[in-house]
Amino acid sequence: MLLDVRDLQVEFRTRDGVAKAVNGVTYSVEPGETLAVLGESGSGKSVTAQAIMGILDMPPGRITAGEINFRGRDLLKLREEERRKVRGAEMAMIFQDALSSLNPVLSVGAQLGEMFVVHQGMSRKDARAKAVELMDRVRIPAAKERVGQYPHQFSGGMRQRIMIAMALALEPALIIADEPTTALDVTVQAQVMDLLAELQRELNMGLILITHDLGVVADVADKIAVMYAGRIVESAPVHDIYKAPAHPYTRGLLDSIPRLDQKGHELYAIKGLPPNLTAIPPGCAFNPRCPRAQDVCRTDVPPLARVSEDRESACHFWKETLRDA
Amino acid sequence: MDLAMTEAETLQGSTGPTGAGPEAKARSLWSDAWHQLRRNPVFIVSALLIVFLVLIAIWPQLIASGDPLKCDLGKSEQGSAPGHPFGYDTQGCDVYTRTVYGARASITVGVCATVGAALLGSVLGGLAGFFGGWWDALLSRIADIFFGIPIILGGLVLLSVVTSSTVWPVVGFIVLLGWPQISRIARGSVITAKQNDYVQAARALGASNTRMLLRHVAPNAVAPVIVVATIALGTYIALEATLSFLGVGLRPPTVSWGIDISNAAQSIRNAPHMLLWPAGALSITVLAFIMLGDAVRDALDPKLR
Repeated sequence: MLLDVRDLQVEFRTRDGVAKAVNGVTYSVEPGETLAVLGESGSGKSVTAQAIMGILDMPPGRITAGEINFRGRDLLKLREEERRKVRGAEMAMIFQDALSSLNPVLSVGAQLGEMFVVHQGMSRKDARAKAVELMDRVRIPAAKERVGQYPHQFSGGMRQRIMIAMALALEPALIIADEPTTALDVTVQAQVMDLLAELQRELNMGLILITHDLGVVADVADKIAVMYAGRIVESAPVHDIYKAPAHPYTRGLLDSIPRLDQKGHELYAIKGLPPNLTAIPPGCAFNPRCPRAQDVCRTDVPPLARVSEDRESACHFWKETLRDA
Repeated sequence: MDLAMTEAETLQGSTGPTGAGPEAKARSLWSDAWHQLRRNPVFIVSALLIVFLVLIAIWPQLIASGDPLKCDLGKSEQGSAPGHPFGYDTQGCDVYTRTVYGARASITVGVCATVGAALLGSVLGGLAGFFGGWWDALLSRIADIFFGIPIILGGLVLLSVVTSSTVWPVVGFIVLLGWPQISRIARGSVITAKQNDYVQAARALGASNTRMLLRHVAPNAVAPVIVVATIALGTYIALEATLSFLGVGLRPPTVSWGIDISNAAQSIRNAPHMLLWPAGALSITVLAFIMLGDAVRDALDPKLR
């Protein structure tokens, strides 16, 4: 087991009260495996990732419970200095917007090389040679000439490749990609995803892919965790979910994808808004928006029920949902 | 399909930089700003003036052969004469020579006070902005206290007890009252820079606090500090003159525009030339630095382009 998150809980102290961003998330990633974490904005998928990376802003954030076991040790018990050495070297993160994630006043070569300077104490000159190597690896043309250029001189796809190169520099065991293709052109999205998937295979890394794009997930993920209001509502191998969702929320997400064979129909949208995290509805958090909601949904929090050997759903009516799919 | 896309991006990637024209060499914020500055007439004029002022501050002998302290009472308050174009002051000293030598005190005070205030202010403000918490609260309140001190009153009180006739007490006083302004700016721009995704990204890749602050935050936060400091330099020079005029700044035998203006004010009806030249030199110097600050701000602030 590479990464094993157990019952993680994160809250934010805000002026309007305590926002419970993550309420008991449990998931795991094996080496070479891709876990896709799906969910709307505010569902807690990025906060979980930040907690794993240890880059949560604390305060206002606070991890109130849970453990994050990574390669046999609980990261939450490490001292900050030990934690820092894990970041970048053993686990790394790819951010959504590559332009804002690169320092505008440093050349890309300097930023790529920084990985080696920070973690391996390499000289600047050697680090620069390494940077060229990395740029070649993510297939940036004319790497040698472009290593001294600044982020704004690269196209969006190229910048995301540089971010990937930075994350992969020290060949970490785990990569967390937070919506890596959202800011890119549709045509470039596929290339960047392919590149990421290929490098992942090559290095046998675990990958957590945070996204709300179900199209991206289908091609690259091994398993999916669907999050809602800081909780995992369904987790399953990727093909099972597409075949038959076992939670009404997953069902709603799948129905919201435009489809070629449904031309002329109005596109389905899940009614309502995600809940305010300072006042999550009692019972199942999804009940105000759920077409299947009964009285029990408004009072009892549904436990994660075992649907099959590697599949779980947090719905009182998962059997019915599955049957109707 | 896939191949075609890869090609398309390769093309886009390789023509991206050259597509922007022949001057699309690797250009950072600073080289970009320099490029912008070089074409700004305000910058050229103010920079030439400042270079000239600095030169005569270092080597006044370049354009003035006389001695500012060698005076002939017999020529008291006389108008211009051959070799003495600006005339004489009450003590019979050559106004031209004194005006030239006065640049040294003004430039020294201005530059030293600005460097001191900028260093102190940006280090304290930068740390407060970066780490936040109680240190930030404490520092901001201390800065508020110094903000509350009226400059002239503070100068009259603090500097009247000093007996040294060097420029350092005045420099120290200006630094003491000037750093809060810089620290506020530095704190604000560090907080802004700290929130950038690339700082978070650097953190996610294992950078330490020191490295994040020095390499990612500071270079992106320093521009507003430079702008404010450049403009402040002009006002510090004026402040030195004000303090000297009031008799608590520089003292004779130091040659200063402020002292000369103060002396000239007493005989403004009989010999206005005594006031005109040092006051003019002071105005031009202050103007030059403020213009420079404006030009630097225009070059560093992309929103104004």
